[in-house]
Amino acid sequence: MAVLVDITKCIGCEGCTVACKRYNNLNFKAKPRNVKEDGNVELDDNRWTVIQEFHGEKNDKLRFVKKQCLHCKEPACASACFSKAIQKDEKTGAVVYYPDLCVGCRYCLVACPYSIPKYQWNEQFPQVSKCQMCSERVSKGDAPACVSACTTGALTSGDRDELLKKAHEIIRSDSRYINQVYGEHEVGGAEWLYISDVPFEDLGFKEVTNVPVTSYTKSYLSKVPGLAACWALFLSGIAFYNYRVDKNRNQIQDPHDNDDQDKEG
Amino acid sequence: MKVHKCFRILGWDFTITPTRFVLTGLVALMVVAVVLRLLTGFQYVTNLTDETPWGMWIAFDVMCGVALAGGGYSTALLVSILRYKEFHVVARGALLTSLLGYILVMAGLFLDIGQWFNFWRPFVSWGYTSVLFEVFWCISIYTTVLSIEFFEIITERVLRKKLHRYIVKILPVLVVIGLIFPVMHQSSLGGLFLIMKERMFPLWWSEFLPLYFLLSSFFIGSAMVTIETTLAKTAYGHEIPHNIMLKLTRIGAGMMFVYLLLKLYDLFEKHEWNYVFQGTLQSNMYCVEMLFGILIPLVIIVSPLSKKKGGLLTYAVLTVLGVILNRLNCVFTSMYESGSYFPGIGEIIVSVGLISLGVLIYCFLVENFNIIGDERAVQVKIDKDKDIKNLIWTLLRTKRR
Repeated sequence: MAVLVDITKCIGCEGCTVACKRYNNLNFKAKPRNVKEDGNVELDDNRWTVIQEFHGEKNDKLRFVKKQCLHCKEPACASACFSKAIQKDEKTGAVVYYPDLCVGCRYCLVACPYSIPKYQWNEQFPQVSKCQMCSERVSKGDAPACVSACTTGALTSGDRDELLKKAHEIIRSDSRYINQVYGEHEVGGAEWLYISDVPFEDLGFKEVTNVPVTSYTKSYLSKVPGLAACWALFLSGIAFYNYRVDKNRNQIQDPHDNDDQDKEG
Repeated sequence: MKVHKCFRILGWDFTITPTRFVLTGLVALMVVAVVLRLLTGFQYVTNLTDETPWGMWIAFDVMCGVALAGGGYSTALLVSILRYKEFHVVARGALLTSLLGYILVMAGLFLDIGQWFNFWRPFVSWGYTSVLFEVFWCISIYTTVLSIEFFEIITERVLRKKLHRYIVKILPVLVVIGLIFPVMHQSSLGGLFLIMKERMFPLWWSEFLPLYFLLSSFFIGSAMVTIETTLAKTAYGHEIPHNIMLKLTRIGAGMMFVYLLLKLYDLFEKHEWNYVFQGTLQSNMYCVEMLFGILIPLVIIVSPLSKKKGGLLTYAVLTVLGVILNRLNCVFTSMYESGSYFPGIGEIIVSVGLISLGVLIYCFLVENFNIIGDERAVQVKIDKDKDIKNLIWTLLRTKRR
């Protein structure tokens, strides 16, 4: 399941954020915890999705950007989790959090290239909070709550390949669109795709490379077992050599010498 | 020239000095903060936010703690495997410092995790794609191995007849295991940052990060042993010949030189010189780190200054501060906007308390077991008149078993 966001169609009605809070039982009364310098509200533990307002480079265009977890193809958070509390659901493509398994190390918060996962800082036993792409709804064949609530057609859900094809068709048919689908290749690609008529860097999107960040840890961890085995062999080899040298020396010095006597000194 | 007051309770020596009163007070303060933290979460004790999810407990207590505890494995490698027998005099002290370091690191980690009752999860639910998974396992295994190794020293006095000879028998195996895991996780601690490529300032992120962390843990290890022996000398009057310490630090400095070469290669290969001279906070911090933490110590160690005790100590202090700065830079300077995080009072109380606890345990163990120079230490009052001090020390020096 993937979602295509057409930024030109969003009117900023916040219907999706309300639907998200209702479906996921988030606290409506919680004050925004993270407010950016430009006044836009950032995600927090009670806001799994937010609408942010941008005015374009020349202050001439008003655009609304829905922000939430992009559900990467190669999720850094899931790869970073050392207790498998974040897993990528193969069927739906959603990156889902399992609170029971979570230790609370917050490596996922630091690992995410988009800084999406947030933490319940005011709770006694805090958990990570991020968009789950309404995985229960999606596995039943429904669209995520936010997509169902969208009245303007800015959000469409469906198969990722088909949505990508559709996105490129829209871009080709209308010259005002920027020739880029954000989320197609970014850090290995994501389930959420964005198209826009304003350059993405003016809409608060982070410029990232196309290399999945998980590839660095993968290539490192693939080398570890071999190197560790070599190191272990080397150490035990030298240890055995030392042992034999000591044994020989003791035999030459005094064949009846007790090993334990050395240790006494 | 007097020895400090020493109480004997149930056969154990407890020395009382004014410093230890203060340290005990700091530990008591920490206990209050720890209880508050475990019962109420992070909000009252820490300054952590979504922007700055890793704070002082991770960057200082864990990252620096593990690096500082590198003295244990580097000394063990030199003494047990490479047979530098003259370093044997510092081996037990280094082992104890490492063990304490790791126990405090585990304590710091335990406080830093949100659902602390879930700390055992990774043992069961294997997130093997994570570098943290490797670090977690290695630290757990290594701390266990270190404890058993240290148990050899404990059983010289307690349960000597029952356990000591068995532990002596398995010791060679433990030494080898105890060298595999620290090398693995010291490098993996750097590997933790590999996944943060899009967030870190390019000067600190490199594919060599695991190697950087490994090399720096090695040379901070020998520097830390130098500082530790200097401190032990002022407190316990036990002296280790200067040429042995010089040789030990020179080996560390060799590693430091390799580290510098790698860093330079990285800069040239990735064309990052323009980041070094940007004049921003990040690049200035990088320059400070490299100049005072690497270049000046290297100059000191090859110059005649290293023949003097003060010179060697300066090298050691600069090296240790340099590596600490490197770890803090990796977490704070390279990832967080400047000024967005400063440790809260609770975080500082806990960190200071943990260190105080470590010092107190160190003093107690050193005074009750044969650790410094293979004998039990007695704390002496600091006296400028060194000849008298040495005389008293020789009088006090008794091998008690």
